Amino acid sequence: MGLLSKKDAKLITDPLADNNPITIQVLGICSALAITAELEASIVMSISVLFVLGVGNVVISLMRNIIPSKIRIIVQLIVVATLVIIVDLVLKAFAYELSKTLSVFVGLIITNCIIMGRFEAFALGNGPWRSFLDGIGNAAGYGVILIIVGFFRELLGSGTLLGIPVLGDPIGTPETGPTGLYALGYENNGFMLLSPMALIVVGIIIWVQRTRNKALVEDH
Amino acid sequence: MEHLELFLKSIFIDNMVFATFLGMCSYLAVSKKVSTAVGLGAAVIFVLAITVPLNWLLDQYLLQPGALSWLGEEYAAYDLSFLSFIMFIATIATMVQLVEIVVEKFSPSLYNSLGIFLPLIAVNCAILGGSLFMQSREIATLGLATTYGIGSGIGWFLAILAIAAIREKIRYSNVPPALRGLGITFIITGLMAIGFMSFGGMLTGGDDEAAKETKSAQVDELNDTEKELANNTKVIE
Repeated sequence: MGLLSKKDAKLITDPLADNNPITIQVLGICSALAITAELEASIVMSISVLFVLGVGNVVISLMRNIIPSKIRIIVQLIVVATLVIIVDLVLKAFAYELSKTLSVFVGLIITNCIIMGRFEAFALGNGPWRSFLDGIGNAAGYGVILIIVGFFRELLGSGTLLGIPVLGDPIGTPETGPTGLYALGYENNGFMLLSPMALIVVGIIIWVQRTRNKALVEDH
Repeated sequence: MEHLELFLKSIFIDNMVFATFLGMCSYLAVSKKVSTAVGLGAAVIFVLAITVPLNWLLDQYLLQPGALSWLGEEYAAYDLSFLSFIMFIATIATMVQLVEIVVEKFSPSLYNSLGIFLPLIAVNCAILGGSLFMQSREIATLGLATTYGIGSGIGWFLAILAIAAIREKIRYSNVPPALRGLGITFIITGLMAIGFMSFGGMLTGGDDEAAKETKSAQVDELNDTEKELANNTKVIE
């Protein structure tokens, strides 16, 4: 990457794998789990967080020298809340159905620990450009997990991706009967659509990740 | 009766952790020991019981469409609901600060046990989630809002207490190395959530609940379309 120095590039690539906000830092789980039954909702949620964290990190970083440290939490919350209101209104205007699905979870981006965590840990101590990269990197790391979970839950739970059937038609026409995989007797696993499965899928992602990288293993 | 129903519902059926995944961050981070889990759980009950009714008042008399009509006829048309995120979070942050000061002054022993957890709570999704669900589920009275706040708090307390107890025991089990710590906690929480789903039929007796819900959803949809139609006609006029 000619545009970024090596140190800056690390800010983006680190959170994608070995310092992932969800599986390693354990931040921002709340919203990650509740809305991942469909891939589309996961993608929209990731983009919203990308916007809020990228812009928020820059704003906080620009103000880092004038925020009195005693009231910094409230200042941070107000900055996030403003950005989230923008996201919420944009979603309501351009993707009304989707904003119904996401319901309160758009609002809960405010208390998404990733955001406050990055403000506290990075933006308060670094310049705007690096904070921006850090925000984008962490939001992307969050998005990757969300999209993986959403992908598997939608594929196994309803046999579709982004609402398009990919495994064939479970009912089909009266003449042909079910098509694709369903003709072989495959059934959708409705269980994947229930919320507890999100936890188990994330658990499995953590398992795979830590098996591949032994350095991340905790001792209880 | 209504109170009892909402109370039980918010503890078991709509459990904050197992049904809606709220407050997961602190749930995972602070559940290594039962004693700290109890402290945080108590603080959550405390703060939810205060902020939910308070935000209910704000919602009812300030934010909802037409909520300002108590100021006079000309204010009845205002709809400030787009401000609810910022108002709710500001209320929560202020209340947490206030509670911290008051508790420190009047009950140092309680402060010592809750103390370090109170600032953490301002950014706990369970607290903001409580207020947002209170708003979206249109809870009708101040009393019910209080019940809802306390009930959700107890539900969260129950969840963190249970997982902390399990994590204390699991230390002696032979978990695959890669799953130790976070991984196994996720999977156990998933299994507990499946267990909690069986409370679903507790209040109405199984399938009736589901049927009722779809019906009310349809009615809501109808109402929405009606509202939209009304809006459209207004615009045309």
